[in-house]
Amino acid sequence: MKNVLIFVLMAGGLFFFLVGTIGLLRLQDVMTRIHSAAKCDTLGALLCTTALILYSGGGFIGLKLIIVIVFLWITNPTATHLIARAEHAQQENAGIYETIHTNEVKKDGDI
Amino acid sequence: MMHGLLIFSIVFLAITVMICSYRAIKGPKATDRLIAINVIGTKTVVLICILSFILKETYFIDVVLVYALISFVSTMVIARHIENRGSKT
Repeated sequence: MKNVLIFVLMAGGLFFFLVGTIGLLRLQDVMTRIHSAAKCDTLGALLCTTALILYSGGGFIGLKLIIVIVFLWITNPTATHLIARAEHAQQENAGIYETIHTNEVKKDGDI
Repeated sequence: MMHGLLIFSIVFLAITVMICSYRAIKGPKATDRLIAINVIGTKTVVLICILSFILKETYFIDVVLVYALISFVSTMVIARHIENRGSKT
């Protein structure tokens, strides 16, 4: 029973990694590639590491792996948000968003 | 059986890392390359986790924590650099 659960979780994680990679290759825009890569980063890493926690059987190693999961779930959406913000600043500088005021991003000095 | 599953997983992850490196090399813009490098970093974290169970060396989990920290900091610094460069020119 435990082996079946490990197999299902690991296969799901590898599936999400594969889907994120295909999306990174095949999608046509930078923003859609960011969208695909964020799924790959968060859900694939969660499922694979959960399978490893079940495989290790708890204990101190499982606790360390939970710390890895929490760290990845904090840092990966933050990194994705920063990349999207940099891309938006470049597109705004190129003059794409001149007439659309709802797409403005707050700069560091704004309140 | 579980040992074979772990070995299959690291081979699969290595192949997807190679596919991602295509986007990191060819990507038309700087943000494309940055996304690909971020995904490669996350895949490397999971790969080292699985490798620590194959080799039965549990101190690799500490290596994973340090690697994730360095990967996040480098991504953050490069993204900030791209944003500042876009606002200047």
